[in-house]
Amino acid sequence: MWTWFHKLGSPPHLYRLAGKLAPWLLWIAIVLIAVGTYGGLVLAPPDYQQGDGFRIIYVHAPSAWMSMSIYTVMATASAIGLIWRMKLAFAVAAASAPVGASFTFLALVTGAIWGQPMWGTWWVWDARLTSELILLFVYFGYMGLRAAFSEVQKADRASAVLAIVGVVNLPIIHYSVVWWNTLHQVSTVTKLDNPSISMDMLWPLLVMIVGFNLFYIAILATRVRSEVLGRERNARWVGEALDDLLPENRVTA
Amino acid sequence: MTPRRQRMVGTGLVMAGVALAAVLALRAFQENLMFFYSPTDVIAGSAAEGTRFRLGGLVIDGSLRRETGSMEVRFDVTDTENTMTVVYAGVLPDLFREGQGVIANGYLQADGSFRADEVLAKHDEEYMPPEVARMLEERGHPVGSGTAAIEK
Repeated sequence: MWTWFHKLGSPPHLYRLAGKLAPWLLWIAIVLIAVGTYGGLVLAPPDYQQGDGFRIIYVHAPSAWMSMSIYTVMATASAIGLIWRMKLAFAVAAASAPVGASFTFLALVTGAIWGQPMWGTWWVWDARLTSELILLFVYFGYMGLRAAFSEVQKADRASAVLAIVGVVNLPIIHYSVVWWNTLHQVSTVTKLDNPSISMDMLWPLLVMIVGFNLFYIAILATRVRSEVLGRERNARWVGEALDDLLPENRVTA
Repeated sequence: MTPRRQRMVGTGLVMAGVALAAVLALRAFQENLMFFYSPTDVIAGSAAEGTRFRLGGLVIDGSLRRETGSMEVRFDVTDTENTMTVVYAGVLPDLFREGQGVIANGYLQADGSFRADEVLAKHDEEYMPPEVARMLEERGHPVGSGTAAIEK
């Protein structure tokens, strides 16, 4: 177990492992998202109240879900990096931020598009929408803070503290619909014992959620690779790895 | 204490401190974070008189009345305990239905009715195909009564 953990902490090993996994994960993710899209847009029946308008849930809910789970990954990796001084954990956190911000943006935009006809408004300042918007700003703050340092080590530590402080927003987003009166409805799927959605509407949603997760991991693997290359650019193994990629550039000694 | 342990405790303390600050701040702003008031809140005086606020509740079945020759509609909103009449002139959203949850933005009038200049439909978390909804209705379980909307 520990040797496995230590191997994962070795940059060249992680670089190669991520390179092998990324294409597989990406293909599975694309297939799942295609199946989920077909299931959601074609196979699932229209809703008894919203008609076809409800179908935006197949993008909106998985995106919102990802916006929070990616933040959890980012904050956990940041804490691991701070406590165990593990550089690769910082690389994972740094590579996750733009992906998480994109999903947050997607969740906000799809929510607004749905809200306009259904609620009668693009945007309201209720607790759920506002806390999700704050999540987007925390992602932006994290990325901005990183960019403000020229030294990677300093950027790692400062941004890790910000990521950890931002965790407080996650339970607020999740429970906002329970703690306060909001315009946003309460969760449908997380009531696992008795979800308030019929089976033939639920399965494409679950397929989409798995697909989005794999898509994130595939993108993360690719981004971590480039992050590792940048951080280790002076290491000997990076030179060798690049030689493998671009044999014609090999410097003949 | 090893340095690693120190960092672990430090991280834990930062998180606990931020969580405490968040709880205190949210408790202080509890009132402002409420998106709407129920008719019972309004009658109990929670919503300040003469100011704008949002009123939320279920539209009572059969209470929707249209004034002839104008855009004005009146409907009664209830939280199952108390009821208030809402007066509104404008376009109602797609999901506005009798029996469904709505949120009206406006102010109290002297006669005790609520003058709204914006009406939003509050959707509940139920999703089902039309056939299932019809079946439930026939078996005597009215759907879309928005009970979830009102419990919150």
